Amino acid sequence: MNIQSSEGCGCSVSEEPRRPLTRKDFQSPQEVKWCPGCGGYGILSQVQNVLPKLGIPRENLVFVSGIGCSSRFPYYMNTYGIHSIHGRAPAVALGLKCARPDLSVWVVTGDGDSFSIGTNHMVHCLRRNLDINILLFNNQIYGLTKGQYSPTSEFGKKTKSSPLGTIEQPIHPVQIALAAEATFVARAVFSDQAHLGQVIEAAARHKGTSFVEILQNCLVFNDGAFDSFTDRAVRDENRILLEHGKPIRFGAGGRRGVMIRDMQPRLVTIGEDGVREEDLLVHDAHSSSRALESLLASLEPPEFPVALGIFRQVERPTYDDLLMAQIDAAVAKNGRGQLPRLLSGGTTWWVD
Amino acid sequence: MNHAELRPEKEFVQVHCATVRFAGDSGDGMQLAGSQFADIASMVGNVVCTLPDFPSEIRAPAGSLGGVSGFQLSFADYEVHTPGDLPYVLVAMNPAALKVNLRDLQPGGIVIVNEDEFNEINLAKAAYAANPLADGTLDAYRIIPVPMTRLNEEAVKDTGLSRKDAARCKNFFALGLALWLYDRPLQPVLEWLMKKFRTKREVMAADGASLRAGYDYADTAELLRIHFSVAPAQLPKGLYRRVTGNEAAALGLVAGAHRAGRTLVYASYPITPASEILHELSKYKEYDVRTIQTEDEIAACVAALGASFGGAIGATGTSGPGLSLKAEGLGLAVMTELPMVVVDVQRAGPSTGLPTKTEQSDLLMAMHGRHGDCPMAVLAAATPADCFRMAFEAVRLATKYMTPVLLLSDSFLANGTEPWRVLSPDDLPDLRSGAIPSKADFAPYRRDPQTLARPWVAPGTPDLEHRIGGLEKEDVSGAVSYDGPNHQRMVFLRAEKIARIAQDIPLAEVSGPAEGELLVIGWGSSYGAIAAAVEEARDTGLRIAHLHLRHLNPFPSNLGSLLTKYQRVLVPENNMGHLCSLLRDRYLVDAVKLSGLEGRPFRVREIREKINQMVGGAPR
Repeated sequence: MNIQSSEGCGCSVSEEPRRPLTRKDFQSPQEVKWCPGCGGYGILSQVQNVLPKLGIPRENLVFVSGIGCSSRFPYYMNTYGIHSIHGRAPAVALGLKCARPDLSVWVVTGDGDSFSIGTNHMVHCLRRNLDINILLFNNQIYGLTKGQYSPTSEFGKKTKSSPLGTIEQPIHPVQIALAAEATFVARAVFSDQAHLGQVIEAAARHKGTSFVEILQNCLVFNDGAFDSFTDRAVRDENRILLEHGKPIRFGAGGRRGVMIRDMQPRLVTIGEDGVREEDLLVHDAHSSSRALESLLASLEPPEFPVALGIFRQVERPTYDDLLMAQIDAAVAKNGRGQLPRLLSGGTTWWVD
Repeated sequence: MNHAELRPEKEFVQVHCATVRFAGDSGDGMQLAGSQFADIASMVGNVVCTLPDFPSEIRAPAGSLGGVSGFQLSFADYEVHTPGDLPYVLVAMNPAALKVNLRDLQPGGIVIVNEDEFNEINLAKAAYAANPLADGTLDAYRIIPVPMTRLNEEAVKDTGLSRKDAARCKNFFALGLALWLYDRPLQPVLEWLMKKFRTKREVMAADGASLRAGYDYADTAELLRIHFSVAPAQLPKGLYRRVTGNEAAALGLVAGAHRAGRTLVYASYPITPASEILHELSKYKEYDVRTIQTEDEIAACVAALGASFGGAIGATGTSGPGLSLKAEGLGLAVMTELPMVVVDVQRAGPSTGLPTKTEQSDLLMAMHGRHGDCPMAVLAAATPADCFRMAFEAVRLATKYMTPVLLLSDSFLANGTEPWRVLSPDDLPDLRSGAIPSKADFAPYRRDPQTLARPWVAPGTPDLEHRIGGLEKEDVSGAVSYDGPNHQRMVFLRAEKIARIAQDIPLAEVSGPAEGELLVIGWGSSYGAIAAAVEEARDTGLRIAHLHLRHLNPFPSNLGSLLTKYQRVLVPENNMGHLCSLLRDRYLVDAVKLSGLEGRPFRVREIREKINQMVGGAPR
C-alpha cells in the first residue's frame, strides 16, 4: 500500500497512535440484508477477517460497488463506501484512486454488474492495472431482479427469461481478466473459507489490479450451482487448488493430475500408463505468457475439475503510480504550478 | 461594415472594422493562417472575434466542396461582438473554396484567389462548368488572382523542402497577402515561427520565406492600390492573451481547483468539439491536474464523481451525444450530493448530427435530461473568454452547494477566440471549504442551514467513515431509506438546495433601457450577435434592451420582474426555442422565439430583421 500525504483533499490525519484493528471494527451498524444462506455472508466475513491483517487505517479503506445483490456490500463495511450505478464501479474507483492514490480501494461487483452492463469498464480497469482490488461475486444468475439468466449462466439454463433454456454461451470472467492483461487473477469459492481468506489476502497485498472471481451460491435462484466442487464428499475429485511452482494435482491423496498432450489438457492418474509426477503440468503464476493460465481457467466441470487459487500474479507499474510519476516529473522540471504563471501563459501582449 | 468610407484616391484607408475569411482545402492550413492573423490583429490592439468553420472529415478529397475549411474573423477599433455577418475580404485557395464561400461575401467585396488552382480538374471538383475567373460571374466583386502555388514554390525553393512540403507553405503566402492588405506587421508571425519550429529549421525558413513573399508580392504588384488600416481599440490596460473557449474553460477549472485548495481530476472521452479541454488540461501536470482519458462517456462521468468523493474537484467534458450517456451518472451525483463539473460543448444534433457545427440545443437536456426529479445547476458562457469565468463559477457553486454543475459552451465558443485580459489570482474568490465537522456533529446528510449543502468528508478522514450511494437517503443520517414521506422530503430538499443558489448569483442586468418596447433575451454564444443587433436597433431610436443569461438554473431571482418591464420579449436561440419554453413556463410570459439552426452562429442581420418585424422599426 502506497500511503501518501492526504494534503489537498480536505481531510486530516490524526497523529495519535492507533490500536490494532479487529474484524469487529469493520462491521457496520447496518443490518445485513442478504437472504439467509446467501454465499455473500462468507465473503463478507473473510474480508472482515483479512482487513485487520493489512495494517491499513480504517479511514483509508473504500469499498465501491455497482448494482446487484453483491453491490450492497459497502453498506455492511464500517469503512468509507460508495454504492454507485450498475456496472460502473471500476470507473468510479478509477477517478477515486487517481484523486487519492493513498487509499486502499476495493470494488465489489457481480456477474451481471461487471460482465454484462459493465464489461467495458472491467476490461479497461484490468488493462490499466490501477492499484485496486476487485471482488467479483459470481452466482451465475440475476438475483436482485429475481432470477433471470446472467452472462455467466451455463448454456441452456432455464430461467424466468429463458423458459426453454438460454441460447447463448457464457462469458468466462477469469479468461477475460487474463486477456485484459490483469496482473493478479484468482478464483475462489464461497464455501471454502480458509482458501477464500488466503486468496483475498494475497489480492489485497498485490500491487496492481487484483481480480478475484468468487463463485457464490444463490440459495434462492441458483442453488447448488457449484455443488460438484463444494460438496465435501466429492469436491477433492472436482477441483484443483493451484499453487505456484507446483505440479497440478488433485483428487484423494493427490493421485490425479493434468498433463498437456497435443496442445490439449488431459487428466491422468499418477502411476497409470507410466505417468510420473514430473510429467504433470507445473503451475507458473509468474509466466510472461498467459497461455498456461488461460488453459487452466478453461477447465470446467463436468469433463474437468475446476481450478481455484491464483492463476496469475505478475508485477507491472500501476496506472496511479505512472500518473503520479508524470506529475512529479513535471513539478521537478517546471516547479510546482502557480496560478499567475498559468493564467499569463500562451500568446500574450500588453495594452498600455 | 464600415468599408463605405473607402476613398479610392487614397493609398491608405482607415476603417473601423474589417471582416476577412480564409478558405481552402481542409489540408491547406486555413485555420492556422486565420488564427495567426487574429493574433497579429490582437497584438496591435484591435478587438478580434473569430469563427473557425471546418468539415468533420479530417481530409476530405482534395479540392472537393465537402472539404472546404474556413476561418473568419472580424477586427475593429471598438468592442466588436461578432466575427462579422459577411466578410469583405475572401481569400480562396481553390475553386471549391470560392464556390462555398462566395455567397457570403459582401457585394463589392475583395476576393483574393489562388489562380493556379483554377485548372480543369479542380473546377470540375467544384462543379464549375466554366472558369468563374473568366466568365464574368464574379463581376460584382473585385477579383485579385494571384498565382500563389507558383510564387510560393519559387519563394521556398532554396529551403530544401520536398515539393510536397514546400506546397504546404502556401497558407503563409496567403497570410502575407492579407497582412499587407490590412497593414499588419510580419514580425510577430516570424517570431512565432521561430518558436514553433525551433527543431524544424527548414520548415521555419520556408514558412517565413513564403510569408515575406506574399507580403512583398502584394506590396510590389500593387494589388489594390489601396490598403486598409484599423486603428487600435481603447482597451483597458493590462496583459492580454488570446484564448479559445475550450482553453478558457480549462484554465477556469484549474483556477477553481487551485482556489479551492484541491486537486483537479478531469476525466473525459474524446469528442468533438470538447476534446481540446482534455488536451489543454493534459499539459498542466505541474499544476496537479490529473487527466484521465476514459474508455467511454459514462466512465468519464463517474470517474469524475469518484474523484469528487475522494475530495478532489472532479470534472468532465463532453458534447451532446456524450451528455446523453452521462445522464445516469449525473443522477448519482445529484443523489450523493457530491460536487462535480460537466462542461457540455454543444454541437448540432440530434445523434451525430453536424459534429463540427455549432448549436444550442442541449439546454432542455441540461435542465431535465435525467430520470427522477433531478435538478442541478446549469450555467452558460457567453463568449470564449467568458468560459473562464463560468468554469470558475461552476467550481464555486459545485463545492459550495455540493451539487453537479453543468456548464454549457458550444462549438462556436470552443473554437472561437477572444483577447482576454489576464486576471490576477487575487481577483478570484477563495473557494476553500469550511472545517470538517467533529465526530459528534457529523452526519453525512446533515445540511448547512443556509445553503442546504451536506458536508464533504473525503475518505482518509478518521472516525467519519460513512457510506453513500444511489439509494434514497434518510434525511440527516444518510442511511438507506425506503420511507415514502422521507423520499418526498428529500426530493424537495434537493430541489430547494438548487433553488437557493439564486440568492448567491448576480441579479440579471439588462443592457439598455430599464423598460421599453422589447427585451431580447439570450444565453450562450449568441451574445455577440444579439448585443450588436440590439445596439443597432437602439441607434434607430427603439427602446430595446438586451439581457444575457449566464445562470440558467436557477435563474436570477429578479428575472420574472424584469420581464414585466417590456411590452414584448424575443428569445433568439440556435435551437427550437428551449429558453423560450422555460421562460413561458416559469413566468407565463408571451415570449417569442427566433430559431437559427443552420449550424452557424446568428448573423446580426437575422436578429435585426426579427426585431424590426416585432417592433416595426425601419431597417437602417
